[in-house]
Amino acid sequence: MKKKRAYNYLEIKPATNVFFNILFIFLSLLAIIPFIFVIIISFTSDESIQKIGYSFFPTKFSLSAYQYMLTNGSAIMKSFSVSVFITIVGTIVGLVVTAMYAYVLSRKTYPYRKFFTMAAVIPMLFTGGMVATYLVVVKFCGMGDSLNALIWPAAISSLNIFILKSFFITSVPDALIESAKIDGAGEWKIFFSIVIPISTPGIATIALFLTLGYWNNWFNAMLYINNQDLVPLQYFLIKIENNINALQQLSGQSAAVMKALRETPSSAIQMVVVIISVLPIACTYPFFQRYFVGGLSLGAVKE
Amino acid sequence: MKKLKIFRKSVNLTVLAIPGLIWFIVFCYLPMIGIIFAFKSFQISGSFFESLLNSPWVGLDNFKFIFSGNDAAVMIRNTLGYNLIGIVLSTVLPITFAILLSELTNKFMSKFYQTLMFFPYFLSWVIVSYFVLAFLHPSLGLVNHVITSLGGQPIDFYSSTKQWPFLLVFLSCWKNMGYNIVMYLAAIIGIDRTYYEAAALDGATKLQQVFKITLPCLKQLIIVLVLLSLGTIFCSDFGLFYQVPMNSGALYDVTQTVDTYVYRTFKVVGDIGMSTAASTLQSVVGMIVMVSANFVISKIDKESALF
Repeated sequence: MKKKRAYNYLEIKPATNVFFNILFIFLSLLAIIPFIFVIIISFTSDESIQKIGYSFFPTKFSLSAYQYMLTNGSAIMKSFSVSVFITIVGTIVGLVVTAMYAYVLSRKTYPYRKFFTMAAVIPMLFTGGMVATYLVVVKFCGMGDSLNALIWPAAISSLNIFILKSFFITSVPDALIESAKIDGAGEWKIFFSIVIPISTPGIATIALFLTLGYWNNWFNAMLYINNQDLVPLQYFLIKIENNINALQQLSGQSAAVMKALRETPSSAIQMVVVIISVLPIACTYPFFQRYFVGGLSLGAVKE
Repeated sequence: MKKLKIFRKSVNLTVLAIPGLIWFIVFCYLPMIGIIFAFKSFQISGSFFESLLNSPWVGLDNFKFIFSGNDAAVMIRNTLGYNLIGIVLSTVLPITFAILLSELTNKFMSKFYQTLMFFPYFLSWVIVSYFVLAFLHPSLGLVNHVITSLGGQPIDFYSSTKQWPFLLVFLSCWKNMGYNIVMYLAAIIGIDRTYYEAAALDGATKLQQVFKITLPCLKQLIIVLVLLSLGTIFCSDFGLFYQVPMNSGALYDVTQTVDTYVYRTFKVVGDIGMSTAASTLQSVVGMIVMVSANFVISKIDKESALF
């Protein structure tokens, strides 16, 4: 009898449970409905959009946006390949540099550890700001309007370094490094053939952060890129948004504007581009979401 | 001599850290030198350093100019206002929802909800701006369609400032809700179950358990997270305030923050001195706030302090 009572106090009442479930069904729908809406719009025919606007229940469905993509989508495909390229190269570059730096910080016997730690801590507290960074990237590095400007400035973050450092400290025992040294392994050999293989979970976490960061980065492209051929997907979306806004304000004024308006992708096609850039994330994030919370432990920065 | 020996012994490790150090020097420390532009009238002349040396000094003129108009008041009000509301909501709501989630009897459903609610966190603001457009588009959007079919007047959302404060706060909560919930949930799951069993034996109701066990156990985490977000109170999420309202000029009064001001002054007006001055102010004030927040954290809980 007593046990039964304790059990009741530990669990919520069935009615409350139902109420909570309804609340969370509502919140979950709130989180994904905009994306579902965008998917429906992408399958909506142009006539339906003209007639009743964007709707969850279009009068007519159509695959024309997707057909257009397959036949005339070369600009979109180019943007897609730019995004894929900077994501892959950026992740590799960022990962290698982050891992090497983090490993050095994780070695307690390394004499210049304090200096390199400070070098990474100060930028977390104080930054030169956007304009000064822009001037350095464009004027000093000469990276303006090139893929380098999309890859290098976003490659390193102090936070990534410190997360990986604390991972190295907890998962690589000092004794392992010492014994490898006694067996005659050099520092680089220890790092590349012992530390890296046993630290794959930590490295995978940082790789995920970097991949998502590069895939979703539109700010650097907006800042540095003018060349039509180097526009990543996210910036491509901004550009068509701006074009349509600009053209709609001018519409009806001249034949040229009307022609340009007709040639910019219709609403349905824009939404296809949105889907292309969301789909890779939507399909994979359920598998990697736990890394995003597990990896971010507070106090990772400290000694 | 001894120093040289230490250097040579550790040279292999130093080489591993050199690429990172070069990156920090180029992309973090050189821009810090660029702060000098805040005190100069920028004139382009050759390379980065030549421009830096040859531009004439103007003292604090750039700063004075920012504060001479209405701009500074608006952007500081917006930045602080949205951040303060954001801190309150992004603490209270996720904790509430995390506690409710932890009480669900079906653990599989709890995981399922978490996954769905996490989705917006992984999207960029550009994508979110399209989501918003689908609902708020002046002629095609769903909201105006509903309003007109109910006999109301359509609202031109991208030139009407009334709705945006709520919308921006809502979107910021919406995007980060899943992340915050999962973070607090992890802390709740970490609480020793025997506390609850003991309380239940003594006849404590669920609500009493929440207020007497769960919240006190979360107190430290809450304080640290709130202080950390106070540390970035002068920073704003650029994408939310620039991209989601489509950079609409009519909305500047409610969407202008320090970050959008810096960007617009630089890219649209082209005033490098004023733009740098604004971001320098943000950086300096931000550092002071951050260091003070960290000092307070280290007093409360040494383990959670950032440095």
